[in-house]
Amino acid sequence: MRRQSRFILSMLAFGYAFLYLPLVSVVIYSFNDSNLATVWGGFSTRWYGRLFQNDQILDAMFLSLQIAATAATLATVLGTMAGLLLARFGNFRGRTVFSGMITSPLVMPEVITGLSLLLLFVSLKQYFGWPAERGFTTITIAHTTFAMAYVAVIVRSRLSAMDESLEEAAMDLGGRPLRVVFDITLPLIAPAMIAGWLLAFTLSLDDLVIASFVSGPGASTLPMYIFSKVKLGVTPDINALASIFILVVTTGLLIAWATMRRSQAR
Amino acid sequence: MTDTPNQDTLWQRFIIALPYLWLLVFFLLPFAIILKISLADPIIAQPPFTPFFDAHGDLSITVDNFLFLLTDKLYAITYLKSLLLAAAATILSLVLGFPMAYGIARSRPGTRSLLLLLIILPFWISFLLRVYAWMGLLNNHGVINNALIWLGVIDQPIQMMYTDFAVFVGLTYSYLPFLVLPVYATLERLDQDLVEAALDLGASHARAFWDITWPLARPGVIAGCLLVFIPAMGEYVIPYLLGGPDALLIGRVLFDEFYVNRDWPLASAVAVMLLLLLVVPIVFLQRNQSSDAEST
Repeated sequence: MRRQSRFILSMLAFGYAFLYLPLVSVVIYSFNDSNLATVWGGFSTRWYGRLFQNDQILDAMFLSLQIAATAATLATVLGTMAGLLLARFGNFRGRTVFSGMITSPLVMPEVITGLSLLLLFVSLKQYFGWPAERGFTTITIAHTTFAMAYVAVIVRSRLSAMDESLEEAAMDLGGRPLRVVFDITLPLIAPAMIAGWLLAFTLSLDDLVIASFVSGPGASTLPMYIFSKVKLGVTPDINALASIFILVVTTGLLIAWATMRRSQAR
Repeated sequence: MTDTPNQDTLWQRFIIALPYLWLLVFFLLPFAIILKISLADPIIAQPPFTPFFDAHGDLSITVDNFLFLLTDKLYAITYLKSLLLAAAATILSLVLGFPMAYGIARSRPGTRSLLLLLIILPFWISFLLRVYAWMGLLNNHGVINNALIWLGVIDQPIQMMYTDFAVFVGLTYSYLPFLVLPVYATLERLDQDLVEAALDLGASHARAFWDITWPLARPGVIAGCLLVFIPAMGEYVIPYLLGGPDALLIGRVLFDEFYVNRDWPLASAVAVMLLLLLVVPIVFLQRNQSSDAEST
């Protein structure tokens, strides 16, 4: 066992405290009975009850989940195709442009992506009359576009780490390229596709800026609703909502980690 | 089934064409439109800018928006402030993140996977809610001020919320994991025998670090710093929620110019300028990534 120096240990302690102090404090304050979110007024769970009676939150959450599921699925299909293209199709015409286009959304500031897509939708409506209304469709398209980049990167790195000999063997045995893709390649990259779907789903659920740009007056996703509330300051029911997020994610990931560890130990 | 090879090439074409077309329409075309609108004049109409071609079919473009951005003092300050805050957050992330990544890479495998999980975990919790959590900490009656008063360090709350300091802390907090992960990835691959050899040959720990560890970790450090700096430059939510009314960072100015002033051409020009500022670091990042991928 290598010993860690005292400096490294204290930096680790400070770093993790910095990352987790805000989350812990939100969870504690979500049980605060006081109407003033910053003054402690005794233990209570009433803000959680309040949350589930709030139709606006529930509607926004439902819309967000619908968008996230649709966009993640589309992004996984398109992103897998893009990953295959980059890893297995060699030098097709326009490859440089394509690999530039697929990786750029990863680093593009959200305000630019959002504004440019909104202007696209406005122009499309002007010339073609579509999309007539901005909301579910436009947000889903926007989320698909940036999330497919993440899926492509994951699928591509899985493909380049993978041995091509299985695919080559199948081809040598007379399998047609398409058949090989469906019978050999796709099952092998399934874990990467699942990881990509989950990441795309989370990214879509998380996005505020791009959705605010491309959404219309009627549609409000969960982050848009939360933002409109927290602009005005700290509120107890958002504390409760944040705590639910934190607890669900933490338990989910800890369970996944523990299962993975146990299967590795075996 | 009697598929001919022709159908296979058709399928291959389809696999190429679909993502290609999608990106052309929903990624490249929007940039062309932004560029086009940034060269127009604002008018009160729907849409609120002058058309590309005037009534006689002549090209009608203007660079007024860009001239305005380059000469207006407020905009110069905005760009400079965004740059400074993003750079400061990058430096603090590096100072804090590098030792963390180093510690994680050198811990036992079991501990290591838990520590890594704890770095990734915040990613899966809503970004907006994590920024919101700082509002409760930094408030005048927030956790930090209350704790400091209780400890007797101060007797009046310090104004932290709605200041540049809050934006700086928020940026560092949000993007720190982006730095830790790539740095960790290079440090983990680093051959520890090299460091041992240097120590055996009589180098001090500091010398071994600067001569061996640091140069080998550089690709990860560069990637990590750019992954903090680039999104921090265009950040909208953090300055809006934690910064004061004068926390005019580019992302926020762009949003306000578009929605509050309804000046679409100027907002587009701001976006083009931001992109120009970021082109150098973005290209640098992609170079760094691809050369790093080739070397392994």
